[in-house]
Amino acid sequence: MRTLMFLCALLSVGTTIAILIALAVPTLEFFGEVSLREFFTTSDWSPLFEPPGFGVLPLISATIVTTFWALVVCVPFGLGTAILLSEYASPRARSILKPVIELLAGIPTVVYGFFALTYVTPLLREHWPIGDPPSTFNALSAGLVMGVMILPIVASLSEDAMTAVPDSLRAGAAALGGSRLQVATRVVVPAALSGIVASFVLAISRALGETMIVLIAAGSAPQLTGDPREAMQTMTAFIASAGIGDQSTGSIGYKTIFAVGSTLFVATMVMNLFSIRLVRRFREVYE
Amino acid sequence: MSAGDINLRDAPGSRARRIKDLAFQALLVISLAVGLITLGALLVDVVTTAWPRLDWRVLTNFPSGFPDRAGAQSAIMGTIWVVGLTGLICVPIGLGAAVYLEEYADEERWHNRLIELNIQNLAAVPSIVYGILGLGFISRALGFGQTVIAASLTLTLLVLPIMIISAREAIRAVPPSIRQASLALGATEWQTIRHQVLPAAVPGIATGSILALSRAIGEAAPLIMIGGLTFVTFNPDGPFSAFTVLPIQIFNWISRPQDEFRVLAAAAIVVLLVILLLMNATAILLRNRYGRRW
Repeated sequence: MRTLMFLCALLSVGTTIAILIALAVPTLEFFGEVSLREFFTTSDWSPLFEPPGFGVLPLISATIVTTFWALVVCVPFGLGTAILLSEYASPRARSILKPVIELLAGIPTVVYGFFALTYVTPLLREHWPIGDPPSTFNALSAGLVMGVMILPIVASLSEDAMTAVPDSLRAGAAALGGSRLQVATRVVVPAALSGIVASFVLAISRALGETMIVLIAAGSAPQLTGDPREAMQTMTAFIASAGIGDQSTGSIGYKTIFAVGSTLFVATMVMNLFSIRLVRRFREVYE
Repeated sequence: MSAGDINLRDAPGSRARRIKDLAFQALLVISLAVGLITLGALLVDVVTTAWPRLDWRVLTNFPSGFPDRAGAQSAIMGTIWVVGLTGLICVPIGLGAAVYLEEYADEERWHNRLIELNIQNLAAVPSIVYGILGLGFISRALGFGQTVIAASLTLTLLVLPIMIISAREAIRAVPPSIRQASLALGATEWQTIRHQVLPAAVPGIATGSILALSRAIGEAAPLIMIGGLTFVTFNPDGPFSAFTVLPIQIFNWISRPQDEFRVLAAAAIVVLLVILLLMNATAILLRNRYGRRW
Protein backbone atom coordinates (compact mmCIF):
# COMPACT_ATOMS: atom_id res chain seq x y z
CA MET A 1 0.00 0.00 0.00
CA ARG A 2 2.76 2.36 1.01
CA THR A 3 4.61 1.84 -2.26
CA LEU A 4 1.41 2.37 -4.23
CA MET A 5 0.78 5.65 -2.49
CA PHE A 6 4.39 6.71 -2.97
CA LEU A 7 3.85 6.12 -6.69
CA CYS A 8 0.79 8.39 -6.58
CA ALA A 9 2.93 11.13 -5.07
CA LEU A 10 5.67 10.44 -7.57
CA LEU A 11 3.17 10.94 -10.40
CA SER A 12 3.38 14.68 -9.69
CA VAL A 13 7.09 14.63 -10.38
CA GLY A 14 6.33 12.52 -13.46
CA THR A 15 3.95 15.26 -14.63
CA THR A 16 6.68 17.88 -14.40
CA ILE A 17 9.12 15.65 -16.27
CA ALA A 18 6.46 14.94 -18.90
CA ILE A 19 5.82 18.68 -19.30
CA LEU A 20 9.56 19.33 -19.65
CA ILE A 21 10.05 16.58 -22.24
CA ALA A 22 6.84 17.38 -24.13
CA LEU A 23 7.98 21.00 -24.37
CA ALA A 24 11.70 20.49 -24.88
CA VAL A 25 11.77 18.05 -27.79
CA PRO A 26 9.66 20.04 -30.29
CA THR A 27 11.22 23.28 -28.99
CA LEU A 28 14.72 22.03 -29.77
CA GLU A 29 13.55 20.93 -33.22
CA PHE A 30 12.05 24.38 -33.68
CA PHE A 31 15.33 26.07 -32.87
CA GLY A 32 17.04 23.77 -35.35
CA GLU A 33 15.03 25.56 -38.04
CA VAL A 34 14.71 29.06 -36.58
CA SER A 35 17.62 30.82 -34.88
CA LEU A 36 17.31 31.97 -31.27
CA ARG A 37 18.38 35.38 -32.51
CA GLU A 38 15.49 35.65 -34.97
CA PHE A 39 13.01 34.37 -32.35
CA PHE A 40 13.95 36.77 -29.58
CA THR A 41 15.09 39.90 -31.44
CA THR A 42 12.86 40.37 -34.50
CA SER A 43 9.30 41.61 -34.36
CA ASP A 44 7.45 40.06 -37.28
CA TRP A 45 5.23 37.26 -35.96
CA SER A 46 3.51 35.34 -38.76
CA PRO A 47 4.59 31.70 -38.33
CA LEU A 48 1.60 30.23 -40.16
CA PHE A 49 1.86 32.41 -43.28
CA GLU A 50 4.13 32.53 -46.33
CA PRO A 51 6.77 33.88 -45.95
CA PRO A 52 6.79 33.05 -42.24
CA GLY A 53 8.12 35.42 -39.57
CA PHE A 54 9.28 34.06 -36.23
CA GLY A 55 9.91 37.16 -34.09
CA VAL A 56 8.19 36.49 -30.78
CA LEU A 57 8.52 40.07 -29.45
CA PRO A 58 4.95 41.14 -30.34
CA LEU A 59 3.57 38.21 -28.32
CA ILE A 60 5.84 39.01 -25.38
CA SER A 61 4.97 42.72 -25.45
CA ALA A 62 1.24 41.93 -25.58
CA THR A 63 1.63 39.57 -22.61
CA ILE A 64 3.45 42.29 -20.67
CA VAL A 65 0.81 44.92 -21.52
CA THR A 66 -2.16 42.78 -20.43
CA THR A 67 -0.30 41.65 -17.29
CA PHE A 68 0.53 45.27 -16.44
CA TRP A 69 -3.12 46.36 -16.59
CA ALA A 70 -4.16 43.33 -14.55
CA LEU A 71 -1.65 44.37 -11.87
CA VAL A 72 -2.97 47.94 -11.93
CA VAL A 73 -6.27 46.50 -10.70
CA CYS A 74 -5.27 43.61 -8.49
CA VAL A 75 -2.29 45.05 -6.59
CA PRO A 76 -3.85 48.15 -4.97
CA PHE A 77 -7.40 46.83 -4.63
CA GLY A 78 -6.30 43.33 -3.61
CA LEU A 79 -3.99 44.74 -0.96
CA GLY A 80 -6.67 47.20 0.20
CA THR A 81 -9.16 44.35 0.54
CA ALA A 82 -6.61 42.32 2.50
CA ILE A 83 -5.88 45.17 4.93
CA LEU A 84 -9.59 45.80 5.41
CA LEU A 85 -10.30 42.13 6.12
CA SER A 86 -7.31 41.56 8.38
CA GLU A 87 -7.09 44.85 10.32
CA TYR A 88 -10.54 46.44 10.29
CA ALA A 89 -13.29 43.89 9.67
CA SER A 90 -14.98 42.14 12.59
CA PRO A 91 -14.55 38.35 12.58
CA ARG A 92 -18.18 38.03 11.53
CA ALA A 93 -17.85 40.46 8.61
CA ARG A 94 -14.65 38.75 7.54
CA SER A 95 -16.29 35.32 7.58
CA ILE A 96 -18.93 36.61 5.15
CA LEU A 97 -16.80 38.89 2.93
CA LYS A 98 -13.83 36.59 2.37
CA PRO A 99 -15.82 33.77 0.72
CA VAL A 100 -17.71 36.32 -1.41
CA ILE A 101 -14.42 37.79 -2.70
CA GLU A 102 -13.12 34.27 -3.29
CA LEU A 103 -16.17 33.59 -5.48
CA LEU A 104 -14.38 35.77 -8.04
CA ALA A 105 -11.67 33.14 -8.27
CA GLY A 106 -14.21 30.38 -8.88
CA ILE A 107 -15.82 31.92 -11.96
CA PRO A 108 -14.62 30.20 -15.16
CA THR A 109 -12.28 32.33 -17.24
CA VAL A 110 -14.42 31.98 -20.35
CA VAL A 111 -17.15 33.84 -18.43
CA TYR A 112 -14.73 36.68 -17.67
CA GLY A 113 -13.89 36.77 -21.37
CA PHE A 114 -17.56 37.18 -22.19
CA PHE A 115 -17.85 39.94 -19.58
CA ALA A 116 -14.80 41.78 -20.93
CA LEU A 117 -16.01 41.63 -24.53
CA THR A 118 -19.72 42.35 -24.06
CA TYR A 119 -19.71 44.67 -21.03
CA VAL A 120 -16.36 46.26 -20.20
CA THR A 121 -15.24 47.03 -23.76
CA PRO A 122 -18.52 48.78 -24.76
CA LEU A 123 -18.38 50.66 -21.43
CA LEU A 124 -14.82 51.87 -22.15
CA ARG A 125 -15.68 52.79 -25.73
CA GLU A 126 -18.70 54.86 -24.69
CA HIS A 127 -17.04 56.75 -21.87
CA TRP A 128 -13.51 57.13 -23.22
CA PRO A 129 -12.35 60.59 -22.00
CA ILE A 130 -9.49 61.61 -24.33
CA GLY A 131 -8.27 60.59 -27.79
CA ASP A 132 -9.53 57.63 -29.79
CA PRO A 133 -11.60 55.05 -27.91
CA PRO A 134 -10.31 51.46 -27.69
CA SER A 135 -11.06 49.11 -30.57
CA THR A 136 -13.58 46.25 -30.31
CA PHE A 137 -10.76 43.93 -29.32
CA ASN A 138 -8.28 45.61 -26.99
CA ALA A 139 -5.68 44.75 -24.38
CA LEU A 140 -7.02 47.21 -21.80
CA SER A 141 -10.39 45.59 -21.23
CA ALA A 142 -8.84 42.10 -21.14
CA GLY A 143 -6.17 43.25 -18.68
CA LEU A 144 -8.56 45.04 -16.33
CA VAL A 145 -10.97 42.09 -16.17
CA MET A 146 -8.03 39.74 -15.64
CA GLY A 147 -7.04 41.96 -12.71
CA VAL A 148 -10.41 41.41 -11.06
CA MET A 149 -10.10 37.68 -11.63
CA ILE A 150 -6.70 37.64 -9.88
CA LEU A 151 -7.74 40.01 -7.09
CA PRO A 152 -8.76 37.17 -4.72
CA ILE A 153 -5.26 35.65 -4.99
CA VAL A 154 -3.64 38.87 -3.82
CA ALA A 155 -6.35 39.54 -1.21
CA SER A 156 -6.34 36.03 0.20
CA LEU A 157 -2.57 35.42 0.35
CA SER A 158 -1.81 38.91 1.67
CA GLU A 159 -4.50 38.52 4.29
CA ASP A 160 -2.99 35.20 5.38
CA ALA A 161 0.40 36.86 5.70
CA MET A 162 -1.01 39.74 7.74
CA THR A 163 -3.02 37.45 10.00
CA ALA A 164 0.22 35.58 10.72
CA VAL A 165 1.74 38.75 12.20
CA PRO A 166 1.48 38.28 15.99
CA ASP A 167 -0.98 40.51 17.84
CA SER A 168 1.76 41.53 20.27
CA LEU A 169 3.26 43.69 17.51
CA ARG A 170 -0.08 45.44 16.97
CA ALA A 171 -0.59 45.90 20.70
CA GLY A 172 2.93 47.29 21.08
CA ALA A 173 2.45 49.82 18.29
CA ALA A 174 -0.94 50.86 19.65
CA ALA A 175 0.49 51.26 23.14
CA LEU A 176 3.07 53.65 21.73
CA GLY A 177 0.24 55.81 20.46
CA GLY A 178 -0.03 54.49 16.91
CA SER A 179 -3.37 54.96 15.17
CA ARG A 180 -5.02 52.06 13.34
CA LEU A 181 -3.74 53.51 10.08
CA GLN A 182 -0.19 53.68 11.45
CA VAL A 183 -0.37 50.19 12.94
CA ALA A 184 -1.62 48.78 9.64
CA THR A 185 0.73 50.59 7.27
CA ARG A 186 3.90 50.92 9.38
CA VAL A 187 3.85 47.71 11.41
CA VAL A 188 1.63 45.00 9.95
CA VAL A 189 2.31 45.54 6.24
CA PRO A 190 6.12 45.72 6.64
CA ALA A 191 6.07 42.65 8.90
CA ALA A 192 4.03 40.70 6.34
CA LEU A 193 5.94 42.10 3.37
CA SER A 194 7.46 38.89 2.06
CA GLY A 195 4.04 37.21 2.02
CA ILE A 196 2.48 40.23 0.32
CA VAL A 197 5.20 40.33 -2.33
CA ALA A 198 4.73 36.58 -2.83
CA SER A 199 1.06 37.20 -3.59
CA PHE A 200 2.02 39.84 -6.18
CA VAL A 201 4.49 37.47 -7.82
CA LEU A 202 1.90 34.71 -7.95
CA ALA A 203 -0.54 37.21 -9.45
CA ILE A 204 1.99 38.02 -12.19
CA SER A 205 2.39 34.33 -12.88
CA ARG A 206 -1.38 33.89 -13.19
CA ALA A 207 -1.70 36.91 -15.48
CA LEU A 208 1.11 35.72 -17.77
CA GLY A 209 -0.57 32.34 -18.18
CA GLU A 210 -4.21 33.40 -18.45
CA THR A 211 -5.65 32.37 -21.80
CA MET A 212 -9.39 32.61 -22.36
CA ILE A 213 -9.89 36.27 -21.39
CA VAL A 214 -7.18 37.54 -23.74
CA LEU A 215 -8.18 35.10 -26.47
CA ILE A 216 -11.77 36.40 -26.40
CA ALA A 217 -11.29 40.10 -25.62
CA ALA A 218 -7.78 41.17 -26.73
CA GLY A 219 -7.96 39.95 -30.30
CA SER A 220 -5.61 37.98 -32.51
CA ALA A 221 -3.44 40.59 -34.20
CA PRO A 222 0.23 40.16 -33.28
CA GLN A 223 1.63 43.69 -33.22
CA LEU A 224 4.39 45.36 -31.30
CA THR A 225 2.72 48.23 -29.46
CA GLY A 226 2.34 49.46 -25.92
CA ASP A 227 -1.02 51.12 -26.62
CA PRO A 228 -3.60 49.15 -24.62
CA ARG A 229 -6.45 50.44 -26.81
CA GLU A 230 -5.21 48.28 -29.67
CA ALA A 231 -5.90 44.65 -30.39
CA MET A 232 -2.94 42.39 -29.69
CA GLN A 233 -2.10 38.71 -29.35
CA THR A 234 -0.49 37.35 -26.18
CA MET A 235 1.65 34.22 -26.00
CA THR A 236 -1.23 32.23 -24.54
CA ALA A 237 -3.70 33.50 -27.14
CA PHE A 238 -1.33 32.47 -29.92
CA ILE A 239 -0.92 28.99 -28.45
CA ALA A 240 -4.68 28.54 -28.18
CA SER A 241 -5.48 29.86 -31.64
CA ALA A 242 -2.75 27.71 -33.19
CA GLY A 243 -4.22 24.79 -31.23
CA ILE A 244 -7.67 25.50 -32.69
CA GLY A 245 -6.10 25.37 -36.14
CA ASP A 246 -5.20 21.68 -35.56
CA GLN A 247 -1.56 21.72 -36.75
CA SER A 248 -0.27 18.40 -38.11
CA THR A 249 2.39 16.75 -35.94
CA GLY A 250 5.94 17.75 -36.91
CA SER A 251 4.95 20.78 -39.01
CA ILE A 252 6.64 24.09 -38.22
CA GLY A 253 3.30 25.46 -36.99
CA TYR A 254 3.07 22.58 -34.51
CA LYS A 255 6.61 23.17 -33.23
CA THR A 256 5.94 26.89 -32.89
CA ILE A 257 3.25 26.12 -30.28
CA PHE A 258 5.88 24.37 -28.17
CA ALA A 259 8.52 27.05 -28.60
CA VAL A 260 6.11 29.73 -27.37
CA GLY A 261 4.86 27.32 -24.67
CA SER A 262 8.41 26.83 -23.39
CA THR A 263 8.96 30.57 -23.19
CA LEU A 264 5.75 30.93 -21.17
CA PHE A 265 6.51 27.93 -18.95
CA VAL A 266 9.98 29.20 -18.04
CA ALA A 267 8.64 32.69 -17.27
CA THR A 268 5.86 31.39 -14.98
CA MET A 269 8.09 28.81 -13.28
CA VAL A 270 10.63 31.45 -12.30
CA MET A 271 7.78 33.49 -10.77
CA ASN A 272 6.30 30.48 -8.95
CA LEU A 273 9.55 29.31 -7.38
CA PHE A 274 10.34 32.88 -6.32
CA SER A 275 6.93 33.23 -4.65
CA ILE A 276 7.15 29.82 -2.93
CA ARG A 277 10.48 30.89 -1.42
CA LEU A 278 9.06 34.18 -0.20
CA VAL A 279 6.09 32.45 1.44
CA ARG A 280 8.42 30.03 3.23
CA ARG A 281 10.34 32.96 4.58
CA PHE A 282 7.43 34.62 6.33
CA ARG A 283 6.20 31.25 7.65
CA GLU A 284 9.60 30.61 9.18
CA VAL A 285 9.64 33.97 10.91
CA TYR A 286 6.39 33.70 12.80
CA GLU A 287 5.55 30.01 13.25
CA MET B 1 14.63 61.43 20.26
CA SER B 2 14.20 65.17 20.69
CA ALA B 3 10.81 66.83 21.09
CA GLY B 4 11.12 68.32 17.61
CA ASP B 5 10.78 64.85 16.03
CA ILE B 6 7.25 64.41 17.29
CA ASN B 7 4.63 65.42 14.77
CA LEU B 8 1.95 67.08 16.87
CA ARG B 9 -0.56 67.14 13.99
CA ASP B 10 -0.62 63.35 14.14
CA ALA B 11 -0.91 63.17 17.92
CA PRO B 12 -3.51 60.73 19.27
CA GLY B 13 -6.98 62.27 19.30
CA SER B 14 -6.05 65.12 16.93
CA ARG B 15 -8.39 66.08 14.14
CA ALA B 16 -5.82 65.54 11.38
CA ARG B 17 -5.27 62.01 12.56
CA ARG B 18 -8.98 61.20 12.66
CA ILE B 19 -9.41 62.51 9.12
CA LYS B 20 -6.44 60.51 7.86
CA ASP B 21 -7.80 57.36 9.48
CA LEU B 22 -11.21 57.90 7.93
CA ALA B 23 -9.76 58.60 4.49
CA PHE B 24 -7.69 55.43 4.68
CA GLN B 25 -10.71 53.38 5.70
CA ALA B 26 -12.65 54.85 2.80
CA LEU B 27 -9.90 53.74 0.42
CA LEU B 28 -10.03 50.23 1.86
CA VAL B 29 -13.80 50.06 1.46
CA ILE B 30 -13.42 51.22 -2.16
CA SER B 31 -10.92 48.37 -2.74
CA LEU B 32 -13.43 45.86 -1.46
CA ALA B 33 -16.19 47.47 -3.50
CA VAL B 34 -14.20 47.02 -6.74
CA GLY B 35 -14.38 43.24 -6.30
CA LEU B 36 -17.97 43.13 -5.12
CA ILE B 37 -19.34 45.54 -7.74
CA THR B 38 -17.57 43.73 -10.57
CA LEU B 39 -18.97 40.43 -9.35
CA GLY B 40 -22.45 41.96 -9.28
CA ALA B 41 -22.09 43.60 -12.71
CA LEU B 42 -20.85 40.33 -14.20
CA LEU B 43 -23.79 38.31 -12.88
CA VAL B 44 -26.35 40.95 -13.90
CA ASP B 45 -24.78 41.29 -17.38
CA VAL B 46 -24.86 37.53 -17.96
CA VAL B 47 -28.40 36.98 -16.71
CA THR B 48 -29.97 39.97 -18.48
CA THR B 49 -28.24 39.06 -21.75
CA ALA B 50 -29.34 35.45 -21.42
CA TRP B 51 -32.89 36.17 -20.27
CA PRO B 52 -34.73 36.06 -23.65
CA ARG B 53 -33.08 32.75 -24.51
CA LEU B 54 -33.30 30.98 -21.14
CA ASP B 55 -35.62 28.12 -22.01
CA TRP B 56 -35.49 24.36 -22.49
CA ARG B 57 -33.89 24.64 -25.93
CA VAL B 58 -30.53 25.30 -24.24
CA LEU B 59 -30.73 21.95 -22.50
CA THR B 60 -32.49 19.79 -25.12
CA ASN B 61 -31.13 20.96 -28.49
CA PHE B 62 -27.81 20.26 -30.17
CA PRO B 63 -25.46 22.88 -31.67
CA SER B 64 -26.68 24.21 -34.98
CA GLY B 65 -25.83 26.91 -37.53
CA PHE B 66 -29.25 28.43 -36.80
CA PRO B 67 -29.20 30.25 -33.47
CA ASP B 68 -32.93 29.61 -32.96
CA ARG B 69 -32.49 25.87 -32.99
CA ALA B 70 -29.11 25.63 -31.29
CA GLY B 71 -28.66 24.25 -27.79
CA ALA B 72 -25.92 22.94 -25.55
CA GLN B 73 -27.01 19.38 -24.88
CA SER B 74 -23.92 17.70 -26.35
CA ALA B 75 -21.74 20.16 -24.40
CA ILE B 76 -23.55 19.47 -21.12
CA MET B 77 -23.31 15.70 -21.59
CA GLY B 78 -19.68 16.12 -22.67
CA THR B 79 -18.93 18.08 -19.49
CA ILE B 80 -20.56 15.37 -17.36
CA TRP B 81 -18.56 12.64 -19.11
CA VAL B 82 -15.22 14.44 -19.04
CA VAL B 83 -15.48 15.72 -15.47
CA GLY B 84 -16.99 12.46 -14.16
CA LEU B 85 -14.11 10.46 -15.61
CA THR B 86 -11.63 13.06 -14.31
CA GLY B 87 -13.05 12.53 -10.83
CA LEU B 88 -12.76 8.73 -11.10
CA ILE B 89 -9.07 9.00 -12.02
CA CYS B 90 -8.03 12.03 -10.02
CA VAL B 91 -9.62 11.40 -6.60
CA PRO B 92 -7.97 8.01 -5.84
CA ILE B 93 -4.54 9.15 -7.09
CA GLY B 94 -4.74 12.45 -5.24
CA LEU B 95 -5.86 10.72 -2.07
CA GLY B 96 -3.04 8.18 -2.31
CA ALA B 97 -0.47 10.91 -2.76
CA ALA B 98 -1.92 12.90 0.14
CA VAL B 99 -1.90 9.89 2.50
CA TYR B 100 1.70 9.15 1.57
CA LEU B 101 2.86 12.72 2.10
CA GLU B 102 0.99 13.19 5.38
CA GLU B 103 1.30 9.76 7.03
CA TYR B 104 4.45 8.13 5.68
CA ALA B 105 6.80 10.66 4.16
CA ASP B 106 9.80 11.79 6.16
CA GLU B 107 9.97 15.51 5.48
CA GLU B 108 13.71 15.60 5.96
CA ARG B 109 14.39 13.31 3.00
CA TRP B 110 15.34 15.19 -0.16
CA HIS B 111 12.99 13.30 -2.46
CA ASN B 112 9.96 14.10 -0.31
CA ARG B 113 10.93 17.76 -0.20
CA LEU B 114 11.27 17.68 -3.98
CA ILE B 115 7.78 16.19 -4.35
CA GLU B 116 6.41 18.90 -2.09
CA LEU B 117 8.05 21.80 -3.96
CA ASN B 118 7.02 20.21 -7.22
CA ILE B 119 3.33 20.03 -6.25
CA GLN B 120 3.36 23.68 -5.20
CA ASN B 121 4.88 24.68 -8.51
CA LEU B 122 2.50 22.48 -10.56
CA ALA B 123 -0.49 24.13 -8.88
CA ALA B 124 0.62 27.42 -10.44
CA VAL B 125 1.56 26.21 -13.94
CA PRO B 126 -0.76 27.90 -16.49
CA SER B 127 -3.57 25.66 -17.69
CA ILE B 128 -2.62 26.23 -21.33
CA VAL B 129 0.71 24.49 -20.60
CA TYR B 130 -1.25 21.43 -19.48
CA GLY B 131 -3.06 21.78 -22.80
CA ILE B 132 0.27 21.62 -24.61
CA LEU B 133 1.17 18.53 -22.57
CA GLY B 134 -2.22 17.03 -23.44
CA LEU B 135 -1.70 17.77 -27.13
CA GLY B 136 1.91 16.59 -27.45
CA PHE B 137 1.90 13.72 -24.99
CA ILE B 138 -1.58 12.35 -24.31
CA SER B 139 -3.34 13.16 -27.57
CA ARG B 140 -0.53 12.64 -30.11
CA ALA B 141 2.32 10.57 -28.57
CA LEU B 142 0.10 8.16 -26.60
CA GLY B 143 -2.47 8.22 -29.39
CA PHE B 144 -5.61 9.04 -27.38
CA GLY B 145 -6.61 11.56 -30.04
CA GLN B 146 -9.43 14.03 -29.57
CA THR B 147 -11.47 11.96 -27.14
CA VAL B 148 -13.20 12.15 -23.75
CA ILE B 149 -10.42 10.10 -22.14
CA ALA B 150 -7.67 12.39 -23.53
CA ALA B 151 -9.56 15.36 -22.04
CA SER B 152 -10.02 13.62 -18.68
CA LEU B 153 -6.36 12.65 -18.43
CA THR B 154 -5.30 16.22 -19.25
CA LEU B 155 -7.67 17.66 -16.65
CA THR B 156 -6.55 15.04 -14.11
CA LEU B 157 -2.98 16.29 -14.34
CA LEU B 158 -4.26 19.87 -14.11
CA VAL B 159 -6.34 19.46 -10.94
CA LEU B 160 -4.24 16.80 -9.22
CA PRO B 161 -2.12 19.35 -7.31
CA ILE B 162 -5.29 21.04 -6.00
CA MET B 163 -6.73 17.64 -5.05
CA ILE B 164 -3.54 16.62 -3.23
CA ILE B 165 -3.25 19.91 -1.36
CA SER B 166 -6.87 19.86 -0.14
CA ALA B 167 -6.80 16.14 0.79
CA ARG B 168 -3.62 16.75 2.78
CA GLU B 169 -5.30 19.53 4.70
CA ALA B 170 -8.24 17.25 5.52
CA ILE B 171 -5.90 14.47 6.73
CA ARG B 172 -3.76 16.88 8.72
CA ALA B 173 -6.86 18.12 10.56
CA VAL B 174 -7.34 14.68 12.15
CA PRO B 175 -5.66 14.99 15.58
CA PRO B 176 -2.59 12.81 16.31
CA SER B 177 -4.23 11.49 19.49
CA ILE B 178 -6.58 9.36 17.36
CA ARG B 179 -3.63 7.78 15.55
CA GLN B 180 -1.78 7.20 18.80
CA ALA B 181 -4.81 5.56 20.44
CA SER B 182 -5.24 3.25 17.48
CA LEU B 183 -1.54 2.32 17.37
CA ALA B 184 -1.54 1.78 21.15
CA LEU B 185 -4.37 -0.74 20.75
CA GLY B 186 -2.11 -2.77 18.46
CA ALA B 187 -3.37 -1.64 15.03
CA THR B 188 -0.81 -1.48 12.22
CA GLU B 189 -0.02 1.80 10.51
CA TRP B 190 -2.19 0.88 7.54
CA GLN B 191 -5.11 -0.26 9.74
CA THR B 192 -4.91 3.05 11.57
CA ILE B 193 -5.08 4.98 8.32
CA ARG B 194 -7.79 2.79 6.80
CA HIS B 195 -10.11 2.58 9.82
CA GLN B 196 -9.42 5.76 11.79
CA VAL B 197 -7.75 8.56 9.83
CA LEU B 198 -9.53 8.27 6.47
CA PRO B 199 -13.08 7.92 7.85
CA ALA B 200 -12.50 10.96 10.05
CA ALA B 201 -11.16 12.93 7.08
CA VAL B 202 -13.94 11.99 4.62
CA PRO B 203 -15.96 15.24 4.83
CA GLY B 204 -12.86 17.34 4.20
CA ILE B 205 -11.71 15.08 1.37
CA ALA B 206 -15.16 15.17 -0.25
CA THR B 207 -15.26 18.96 -0.03
CA GLY B 208 -11.77 19.22 -1.54
CA SER B 209 -12.63 16.82 -4.37
CA ILE B 210 -15.72 18.81 -5.30
CA LEU B 211 -13.72 22.06 -5.33
CA ALA B 212 -11.00 20.47 -7.48
CA LEU B 213 -13.60 19.18 -9.95
CA SER B 214 -15.35 22.54 -10.10
CA ARG B 215 -12.03 23.94 -11.31
CA ALA B 216 -11.99 21.24 -14.00
CA ILE B 217 -15.55 22.08 -15.14
CA GLY B 218 -14.66 25.68 -15.99
CA GLU B 219 -11.47 24.96 -17.96
CA ALA B 220 -11.53 25.66 -21.67
CA ALA B 221 -7.95 26.45 -22.70
CA PRO B 222 -6.35 23.00 -22.18
CA LEU B 223 -9.22 21.25 -23.95
CA ILE B 224 -9.05 23.61 -26.92
CA MET B 225 -5.46 22.39 -27.37
CA ILE B 226 -6.47 18.73 -27.65
CA GLY B 227 -9.10 19.56 -30.23
CA GLY B 228 -12.26 19.98 -28.18
CA LEU B 229 -13.34 22.86 -30.41
CA THR B 230 -15.24 20.89 -32.98
CA PHE B 231 -18.81 20.87 -34.12
CA VAL B 232 -20.22 17.96 -32.09
CA THR B 233 -23.92 17.28 -32.58
CA PHE B 234 -24.12 14.06 -30.57
CA ASN B 235 -23.65 13.05 -26.95
CA PRO B 236 -20.51 11.09 -26.06
CA ASP B 237 -21.19 7.35 -25.75
CA GLY B 238 -17.96 6.26 -24.11
CA PRO B 239 -14.44 7.29 -23.11
CA PHE B 240 -13.22 7.09 -26.71
CA SER B 241 -15.97 9.25 -28.15
CA ALA B 242 -15.42 12.72 -29.61
CA PHE B 243 -16.65 15.46 -27.32
CA THR B 244 -17.22 19.10 -26.62
CA VAL B 245 -17.70 20.71 -23.19
CA LEU B 246 -19.67 23.71 -21.94
CA PRO B 247 -16.81 26.26 -21.68
CA ILE B 248 -15.69 25.42 -25.21
CA GLN B 249 -19.22 25.61 -26.58
CA ILE B 250 -19.55 29.00 -24.88
CA PHE B 251 -16.27 30.18 -26.40
CA ASN B 252 -17.43 28.99 -29.82
CA TRP B 253 -20.67 30.99 -29.56
CA ILE B 254 -18.91 34.10 -28.23
CA SER B 255 -16.54 34.12 -31.22
CA ARG B 256 -19.38 34.19 -33.75
CA PRO B 257 -20.32 37.60 -35.10
CA GLN B 258 -24.14 37.28 -34.80
CA ASP B 259 -25.73 38.73 -31.67
CA GLU B 260 -28.08 35.74 -31.37
CA PHE B 261 -25.10 33.52 -30.65
CA ARG B 262 -23.83 35.94 -27.99
CA VAL B 263 -27.22 35.61 -26.28
CA LEU B 264 -26.97 31.84 -26.56
CA ALA B 265 -23.47 32.00 -25.05
CA ALA B 266 -24.92 33.92 -22.08
CA ALA B 267 -27.63 31.28 -21.66
CA ALA B 268 -25.00 28.52 -21.64
CA ILE B 269 -22.97 30.53 -19.11
CA VAL B 270 -26.03 30.57 -16.84
CA VAL B 271 -26.20 26.76 -17.11
CA LEU B 272 -22.48 26.50 -16.30
CA LEU B 273 -22.75 28.86 -13.32
CA VAL B 274 -25.79 26.98 -11.96
CA ILE B 275 -23.86 23.68 -12.13
CA LEU B 276 -20.91 25.32 -10.32
CA LEU B 277 -23.22 26.83 -7.71
CA LEU B 278 -24.84 23.45 -7.02
CA MET B 279 -21.42 21.81 -6.63
CA ASN B 280 -20.16 24.49 -4.27
CA ALA B 281 -23.38 24.43 -2.25
CA THR B 282 -22.94 20.65 -1.87
CA ALA B 283 -19.37 21.18 -0.70
CA ILE B 284 -20.41 23.76 1.90
CA LEU B 285 -23.30 21.57 3.05
CA LEU B 286 -20.98 18.57 3.47
CA ARG B 287 -18.53 20.64 5.44
CA ASN B 288 -21.13 22.15 7.75
CA ARG B 289 -23.08 18.94 8.27
CA TYR B 290 -20.37 16.33 8.64
CA GLY B 291 -17.27 18.39 9.24
CA ARG B 292 -15.95 18.05 12.79
CA ARG B 293 -13.83 20.45 14.79
CA TRP B 294 -11.42 18.58 17.04
